[in-house]
Amino acid sequence: MSKTLFNSGHTACAGCGQSMAARLVIDAAGSNTIVANNTGCLEVFSTKYPETSWGVPFIHSLFENAAAVASGIESAVKYLGKGDEINIIAQAGDGGTADIGLQALSGMLERGHNILYVCYDNEAYMNTGVQRSGLTPFDTNTTTSPVGSASSGNLRPKKPMPEIANAHGIPYVATASAGLPLDLQRKVKKAISIKGPKYIQVHVPCPLGWRHETNLTINVAKLAVDTGLYPLIEYENGIISARRQITPKPVEEYLKVQGRFKHLLKNPEEIKKIQDIADNNIKKYGLKLEAS
Amino acid sequence: MKELLEGSLAVAEIVRLCKPGVISAYPITPQTHIVEELAQIVANGKLNAQFVNVESEHSAASTVLGSVACGVRSYTATSSQGLFLMAEVLYNIAGMRLPVIMTTAARAISAPINIWNDHQDVVSLRDSGWIQFHAEDIQEAVDLHLIAYRLGEDKSIMLPVMVCIDGFILTHGLETVNMPSQEEVDKFLPSYKAPYKLDVTNPLTLGPLVDPEFYTEARFALNETHKEALALIPKITVEFSKVFGRNYNGLIEGYQMKDAERVIVAMGSVCGTVKDVVDELRKKGKKVGLLKITSLRPFPASYIYEALKNIPKVAVIDRALSLGSFAPLAAEIKAVFFGRPKMPKTISSFVVGLGGRDITRESIKEIFRLLTGKEKQGEFIDLKPELLKESYE
Repeated sequence: MSKTLFNSGHTACAGCGQSMAARLVIDAAGSNTIVANNTGCLEVFSTKYPETSWGVPFIHSLFENAAAVASGIESAVKYLGKGDEINIIAQAGDGGTADIGLQALSGMLERGHNILYVCYDNEAYMNTGVQRSGLTPFDTNTTTSPVGSASSGNLRPKKPMPEIANAHGIPYVATASAGLPLDLQRKVKKAISIKGPKYIQVHVPCPLGWRHETNLTINVAKLAVDTGLYPLIEYENGIISARRQITPKPVEEYLKVQGRFKHLLKNPEEIKKIQDIADNNIKKYGLKLEAS
Repeated sequence: MKELLEGSLAVAEIVRLCKPGVISAYPITPQTHIVEELAQIVANGKLNAQFVNVESEHSAASTVLGSVACGVRSYTATSSQGLFLMAEVLYNIAGMRLPVIMTTAARAISAPINIWNDHQDVVSLRDSGWIQFHAEDIQEAVDLHLIAYRLGEDKSIMLPVMVCIDGFILTHGLETVNMPSQEEVDKFLPSYKAPYKLDVTNPLTLGPLVDPEFYTEARFALNETHKEALALIPKITVEFSKVFGRNYNGLIEGYQMKDAERVIVAMGSVCGTVKDVVDELRKKGKKVGLLKITSLRPFPASYIYEALKNIPKVAVIDRALSLGSFAPLAAEIKAVFFGRPKMPKTISSFVVGLGGRDITRESIKEIFRLLTGKEKQGEFIDLKPELLKESYE
């Protein structure tokens, strides 16, 4: 029997990218870990009383305070003289991170706590029914950024959370993808080997909210990376230290498999805007694999 | 040892003696002197604690939630808007059964913004599940912190406790305080041994999703524990008096109640003024008294019933409002008597001392005077009618 610290039997939807990523993260971190979790899908589907999926100490308090709760845990662990032995992870969804939890996260990063913060980015408030968040991409059709005769979806691009985290002068920031499990686990292991605050943002497809087939989760995640729409970057001490290079695919390949972008497919003008976002990412982060 | 101390410094000193491992706070007037002093105590190496300077009261409460969940005694302090910003965390702490101890420097609520003392902040949080003590003076504030840790961390209770001290009046006032020694404190307050905690050798899930199948029982149990606290508080105060020599009931305190015909019910520092007025009026042969409520939560209804059932005329002083309804403490005092065999002839309700307006001896005498007449409902004392005449034109 395979040993995991995040057990099956939870109530996540079929094809949930967040449940896959959460298992990969905690298994990479190991049993000597305490997890503080914001309110959101993950906490709801993994801790329905009297059952739990968690094989490590786990605490859920509120929507926006996992970073502060983890700060208290880290301080307590330090007080108990176990600061070097125990990993502490604070984790949340994209809304819990980039919107309502941003202040608590900023405080945690600024204070220098030895905590790994993991943001599971499924690009909208999925737990409450697919409302847009600060990490919802441009032109996405959500229930609060609906498509209509006067709108082609979400008005704004994603908030640059990795850059915001990095601007706090912390030692490690990375983006990762549920579509690249070994890469994600390598980054988690690297993060916990570094003392101080760390931030990892994992792209996790949500078949329900993104309206893609449940067997396509991994493929969709990979397409986000391969189009340049979700750049995989590592920052160490403020400087980009690694990037995943790609042979860029056109953004349509990513958009066409998801219902949330269906309205764009007959609108080349809007697709061009999204291709521009990808092209800017490719240029900005140096993502293009040069022919040798 | 007896020393002349500012209230905030006295509170900081008793917190030091209780040896919390984590302190987290965000500055707000008039709580600041308490946390500044604790920061200095930690900086001077006089207390081995992690002092976490957070970016909001929401995070201060969340930080101590996390540290107490690890089984480490913790402390925070706040006031007014800060208490309100903490509000959802405070309900959460109580529901999660984590014995956080907090000092609240009671202060008015905005708008209009006002930094002075009344009870609107703390009284508004009465349904949060926290045990809520109100101190009359600095000595009692000091002692209630010891009782708070002992009570909250008791395995049969496991609830957070808020010690309310009137902003400025007690936080910035000076008083001769009998500060206990470390030996005495250690004798009364054992180190905190959490019955459940975040521990990698015994992984538990805290704060799970609870559906309609189980939620009611979790909340029922919380309410039952308040009843158990009601029974435990007087036992703890007996032990307290054995160690420290000061006697409290911990729930209520009667002053000149024996043959009293007119009694004021009040909470907090105003009780000192009421006692002075009672002494003065007693000298003139007036049969007046005071019933002080120390524990607003749990609400000591049966104790209040016994204390007031034979009193002909009762006045309840509220330093807060429940806008659009009865003054909050008065409503609860009246509820004590509904359906009971005995009750006062009149229970009058007075609102006084909002936003730091002084409650003078004259204010208290006026209340006693008004008690000789008809029952009053939410009567404002010291109101300035001339200020109500302003118009927009």
